[in-house]
Amino acid sequence: MLRVLVIDQNRKRAEIVEAALRADPDVDVQIAAVSSGQLLPLLRQAAPDVLIVDLDLPDRDTIEQLRIANREFARPVVLFVDESDTEAMRTAVSAGVSAYVVDGLQPRRVKAVLEVAVARFQEFERLRRELDLARTSLAERKLIDRAKGILMRARGMNEEDAYNLLRSKAMKDQKKVAEIAQSVITASELLK
Amino acid sequence: MRIRAGFIPLVDAAVLVAAADQGFAAAEGIELELVREVSWSNVRDKLTLGHFEAAHILAPLAIAISLGLDYARVPLSTLVSLNQNGSSFLLGNETFRALEEEARGEPIGDPHVSGAALKRLVAARAARGEGQLVFAMTFPFSPHNYLLRYWMGAAGIDPDRDVRLIVMPPPYMVDALLSGHVHGFCVGAPWPSVAVEVGMGRILHFGSDIVANSPEKVLATRASFVAEHREAALALTRALIRATAWCGAPENRLALAHLLAAPERLNVGADLVLRSLEGRLRIDLQGTVREYSRYMVLESAAARPDVRQALWLYAQMVRWGQAKLDEAGRIAVERCYSPEIHDLALESMSGVDRGDGIGAFAGPVFDPHDLSTYLAEIGS
Repeated sequence: MLRVLVIDQNRKRAEIVEAALRADPDVDVQIAAVSSGQLLPLLRQAAPDVLIVDLDLPDRDTIEQLRIANREFARPVVLFVDESDTEAMRTAVSAGVSAYVVDGLQPRRVKAVLEVAVARFQEFERLRRELDLARTSLAERKLIDRAKGILMRARGMNEEDAYNLLRSKAMKDQKKVAEIAQSVITASELLK
Repeated sequence: MRIRAGFIPLVDAAVLVAAADQGFAAAEGIELELVREVSWSNVRDKLTLGHFEAAHILAPLAIAISLGLDYARVPLSTLVSLNQNGSSFLLGNETFRALEEEARGEPIGDPHVSGAALKRLVAARAARGEGQLVFAMTFPFSPHNYLLRYWMGAAGIDPDRDVRLIVMPPPYMVDALLSGHVHGFCVGAPWPSVAVEVGMGRILHFGSDIVANSPEKVLATRASFVAEHREAALALTRALIRATAWCGAPENRLALAHLLAAPERLNVGADLVLRSLEGRLRIDLQGTVREYSRYMVLESAAARPDVRQALWLYAQMVRWGQAKLDEAGRIAVERCYSPEIHDLALESMSGVDRGDGIGAFAGPVFDPHDLSTYLAEIGS
């Protein structure tokens, strides 16, 4: 039995990962959200073999302590990277996931768990994006499409990167994506 | 060229933020995109896995990654040393009072005195059967870890046995103090000031009391990035050198404080940032202000990677059992901190005040390679 602990500030996403991992009879999965420095007691109590962590969790650095001093934890914890290829880790980080395992576990079993988690994180992101789009009106969507086209031409980006750029700018400035799209269109008209 | 650089919301991200937001990178043809991160682990992973080309990173972490002390060995190159100093030791009110009592009237601002007092306090607590003192710091490979250990080590305290050192994200430290999970911490600005402002603790020492020129953050890239995109690395370095000069000028401090305070950067009050930049910190609730111009050093003279500092950090890693001392390690450390790119970037720059290492109040610039021209110019 592989004990997996999923720590995610996003409860809904954690539940989706949990449901997917339950399909494996060899996996015992538990989910948790962590607030303000409560990670160490939680880890001591849950003693997981595999730890799946949301990258937006500031507590990630606390885990580093378990990797250095074993005083806090019976078995050393290592960051999961498949020695032969770092691609798995790269994909995981892109999806917003990090994974830790206790030393001495079989990489293949852990990799399967990680793949499930990463796939669910990606799916969650896709759903959220679709929901975003569904919420925007047709007129707004047209603005966003035009702005995406401008960014793709001007910066040699693909469609997804162009959308993500608009979205992250909108989040930073606390504006709607369509408003940012409108600014891009206006700016490009002025610069013609 | 587009360069993505990760940063942690701290005042010492100043040079990187200025390079992006004050146009220094754009002037060098670099589209510098800053990405705010929540943890050093994320900065490390995204830099080593290629999601970032560069990062604002703890100097010892850049070295640890280059040495392979962490999960993977990825040689990094330090383009610019972003700052020296800037951290403080803060103790909760009760612990501060207990330490003051143990100091027996001697000046507690002297780290020899405070260290000796801490040793007595540790012994007294053990004798009374009280729990160990807990101190938080930011990362195993951090100046804060080494500063606390240096202070304790000098007083004959074993930081691995006599107290507990724990890793904690800076924004949680004040909460942890409030809830009694920690007795004190060492962290960079503005967090110690936040604890003082809410009346939870007192600043015991500036990091510079322990080590006068403590290496803090650097701007690092992967060595492979420098090899593959040498021109871009040089351009970025030039932008950072110009940004350092701008940040170092006192007349720009207010503008810099506002850049850093912005919602997408640190998202804190500009006044708090300004006080850190000026080295003018309130150290207790009564409003006692301690001023020290080198509280946080952001200046051109300190921007060149100084291999002595890297080797000092390596020595601390060896001292505390994180690294082995060997020739290969030493070479890897020296490579990580090699000033080669920095020097090449400087040579290719015009119209920048590089400083001559002397800093006379009136010209000409001192040139150690050409004394006769210098003497002719100065008119002797």
